[in-house]
Amino acid sequence: MGVLLWRGFDFDSVMAQCFGNYEDDCTKGKQMPVHFGSRKYHFHTISSPLATQIPQAAGVGFALKRDPARRGRNCAVVYFGEGAASEGDFHAGMLLASTVPSPTLFIARNNGFAISTPSSEQYHGDGIAARGPGYGMHTIRVDGNDVLAVLGAVREGRRLCIEEGRGVLIEAMTYRVGHHSTSDDSFAYRPRQEVEDRKRIDNPISRFRLFLESRGWWSAEDEERYKEQVKKQIMQAFKRGENLPRHELKEMFTDVYSGEEPWTITEQREELRTLLQKYGKSWEPWRSELKKYKGEGSEFMS
Amino acid sequence: MSIALMKDDLAVVFGEDVAFGGVFRCTMGLAEEFGRERVFNTPLTEQGIAGFGIGLASMGHTAIAEIQFADYIFPAFDQIVNEAAKHRFRSGSQFDVGSLTIRCPTMSVGHGGLYHSQSPEGFFLGASGLKVVIPRSPIQAKGLLLGAIRDPNPVIFMEPKILYRSAVEQVPMDDYEIPLGKAETLTRGSDLTVLTWGTPVYHCETALHMLSSPPESLAKHIPASVRSAKVELIDLRTILPWDVETVTESVRRTGRLVIVHEASRTGGVGGEIAAEIQNRCFLKLNAPVKRVTGWDTPVPMQYEKFYIPDALRILDAMVETLNY
Ligand SMILES: Cc1ncc(C[n+]2csc(CCOP(=O)(O)OP(=O)(O)O)c2C)c(N)n1
Ligand SMILES: [Mg+2]
Repeated sequence: MGVLLWRGFDFDSVMAQCFGNYEDDCTKGKQMPVHFGSRKYHFHTISSPLATQIPQAAGVGFALKRDPARRGRNCAVVYFGEGAASEGDFHAGMLLASTVPSPTLFIARNNGFAISTPSSEQYHGDGIAARGPGYGMHTIRVDGNDVLAVLGAVREGRRLCIEEGRGVLIEAMTYRVGHHSTSDDSFAYRPRQEVEDRKRIDNPISRFRLFLESRGWWSAEDEERYKEQVKKQIMQAFKRGENLPRHELKEMFTDVYSGEEPWTITEQREELRTLLQKYGKSWEPWRSELKKYKGEGSEFMS
Repeated sequence: MSIALMKDDLAVVFGEDVAFGGVFRCTMGLAEEFGRERVFNTPLTEQGIAGFGIGLASMGHTAIAEIQFADYIFPAFDQIVNEAAKHRFRSGSQFDVGSLTIRCPTMSVGHGGLYHSQSPEGFFLGASGLKVVIPRSPIQAKGLLLGAIRDPNPVIFMEPKILYRSAVEQVPMDDYEIPLGKAETLTRGSDLTVLTWGTPVYHCETALHMLSSPPESLAKHIPASVRSAKVELIDLRTILPWDVETVTESVRRTGRLVIVHEASRTGGVGGEIAAEIQNRCFLKLNAPVKRVTGWDTPVPMQYEKFYIPDALRILDAMVETLNY
């Protein structure tokens, strides 16, 4: 999400995707929250199956290399966790980017956990970085909680990746201080104190703030003001996004195929139309559900 | 699983996050009770989990593997379809992986979208050598799971997620098995057969009730003539190989069949059953076999209520089939 925000994706778009409202251009309300994607910002849409993006990124990198306008100027970047790196797709992607080869920057975020599973149960060797040389790939491990170190590593990784036209691996070491998701309670598998300690001792945001303050480029007042301002913006976007209706119901059947629509989809849409015309006004569970869509399902009612 | 582990020293349970209890808490307490050698986390690799289970089972051990969601069984598809299913056949029964069971949560709970709501049982229909089982309730889940673990064939055991939260039953403590390959008739009837499995069993039960005593708002759509219809509800339970006898016998008596599943219509299990039943019951059928299914699109999160068959869609299909 940081990449998207940096490229100009705004809070309203973030909220639209997370709430799946009609402003969600990322997935038109079809995917779960935080599955962003934007052609405008060159950000391929996230999908839930882990690691599938890794070999795809090798293909993207190769496409960039074949494009005379982008060759030697751009590379593909792919992000994944240390857990996802255990999938076969990780190895496939690394192998392809190093042999074909293709300019792809592999960024592994090693936050110590894949849901409940500690990284010590993902690998017995020396993390993800140790695998890079096995694929003949330039590799660097960086303190992921040091903002400037990450910036430096990524800049250099990108330079090598583009110059040599082949894969580069970066492993950023960090620690997941939050729960995996809203349905996870991580204190079922790790001590609360460990989390509190990490938050206190090795917080990347505080570390960067302290650095800025020590240079006299930032102050406690700046921090307060900025926090207030961003919090306000986020809450505004949140409230706005929360209250917007979903896309029109008919969008359910769109974007499956391009070109001529298969009869199955055409007929099934008609089947739903018949049902909605028959029951959409009288059956309360459907009537209240229809209200959540832009147009309240009217495109099916006539 | 605790019974299987207790009675069979060769049994092990493994998968992503199973050691702390699993993301759906199905393996809670097992690691503590049986130790981490027998109940353990694997690295995050479904193809690895399936392949590892195949190796273990081929050595005669009882492998009880978990894939975290049925939606993530596809990385293991090659191991399951090309390896597990074909193991016995290709070795002339020298080797088999009959003691392999792969559990996975399946079907929708209303807000999972493309990758947390799928019902992929149909993809395994072509994998002869494999069994596919889907229980509808806690009592069924226990008996069928023990049946699956002890069945001499590899079994994909798909657990409807609705069972984890909202299904409540008094489950006997002792060891019992429910045989695989047998459907169960839940209500007897003579006018229409409704066949389903997993979560939609509950929607079908609601629909049956709505048919006999329609709520005020639906009354005008339910003619008096169909309200007294005797509907036979069958839970298929084992999807592969499916109990053709029970279904055929039922449809011969009722002359009408409605099949309900959450998966998309095209390529869904309903198509296979419909073809077989029209072949066996052609002269007895009073109406075409009707399928109530998910649409032929991926599962769309914000649209799930109008994607997954609910009681009303089932009711409408029953009325239409009865009035045909
Ligand atoms: C193929 C597949 N298997 C399982 C899952 C379920 N799952 C979602 S996130 C997750 C853990 C991911 O851990 P990691 O790659 O370390 O990323 P992190 O969440 O720590 O950033 C799992 C197992 C999935 N989404 N896809
Ligand atoms: Mg992780």
